[in-house]
Amino acid sequence: MREVINNSVYFGVAISLISYIIGLMVKKKFKYNILNPLLIAIIIVIVILTTFDIDYDTYNQGGEYINFLLTPATVCLAIPLYHQLDLLKKNFKAIMAGILAGSFSNLIGIFALSLMFKFTHEIYASLLPKSITTAIGLAVSGEIGGIPTITVVSISLTGISGNVIGESVCKLFRIKDPISVGLALGTASHAVGTARALELGEIEGAMSSLSIAVAGLITVVLAPIFANFLL
Amino acid sequence: MKHIKQFAIILLITFLGESLHKFISLPIPSSIYGLLIMLICLQTKILKLEQVKEAGNFLLEIMPVMFIPSAVGLIKIWSSITNVVIPIVFVVLFTTILVMVTTGKMADFIISRNRGEDK
Repeated sequence: MREVINNSVYFGVAISLISYIIGLMVKKKFKYNILNPLLIAIIIVIVILTTFDIDYDTYNQGGEYINFLLTPATVCLAIPLYHQLDLLKKNFKAIMAGILAGSFSNLIGIFALSLMFKFTHEIYASLLPKSITTAIGLAVSGEIGGIPTITVVSISLTGISGNVIGESVCKLFRIKDPISVGLALGTASHAVGTARALELGEIEGAMSSLSIAVAGLITVVLAPIFANFLL
Repeated sequence: MKHIKQFAIILLITFLGESLHKFISLPIPSSIYGLLIMLICLQTKILKLEQVKEAGNFLLEIMPVMFIPSAVGLIKIWSSITNVVIPIVFVVLFTTILVMVTTGKMADFIISRNRGEDK
């Protein structure tokens, strides 16, 4: 059995898929925000690998094939964006100003805190794309010399925390317009924040979806510039 | 046949994005070029939504699964980053709130100003 697992490219993909499905089911059954399907799946895979003493490289033989689809999947983010193009045109100024301000404050905040904590360039670069969807974030992190795993962890953490605290933060700081609430959730915490925004309302969900792509594009342009600030 | 065509179109656009990434020396990943090409094609009706819809939605649906392997990869380097885990969590929480407030407040401000002008 061990021999089969050690030489299988399907094993890793299969346990990744099954773990994610379990994550979705747990999330559906217990509707706590903290139960993020991705986080649950990651924990399940880690538990399986640790329990059965399976090497990460063995597991990742198949993982590489999942990664192969990451770029075409990102390309397909154009589909939801296309759906919302009219809404984007109508509120263009407010949307752009909001997302731009948010993306800037993200990069400036990370730069300031990285100085404070004396982070290395690799960690700083890994954190810069933390507020954008993982597909774009991983690519950006790769371009500017970040560590993919730290980027994935910070992106997941950002998504989950945004999903959990988003509504409370908007209430606390009196962010009123549903457009603004959606933009805040999407710009700060990408797809996971968008899941919460969709629950809040149609406008919030649409605006949050838009923010994923727009904040992604802004960060793609700005992150490489900010990456040079801390070498 | 339908799904093969859709998948072929998506991979072709991805390849075009990859080509642009190779030829243009900007720090923009292939995926972003591809996304823009796809969006332009849909907007200009060169491509109908029906020609990419099912395969596209399938890729979007399984996208989160694609992030699992690299996240699990953390167990390999965990020992080398234990000293930065707490600062990273702090940075993530602080900047997430910061981004929400600046984004929401800025958009709120412009929306209410525009509504004031309309009246």
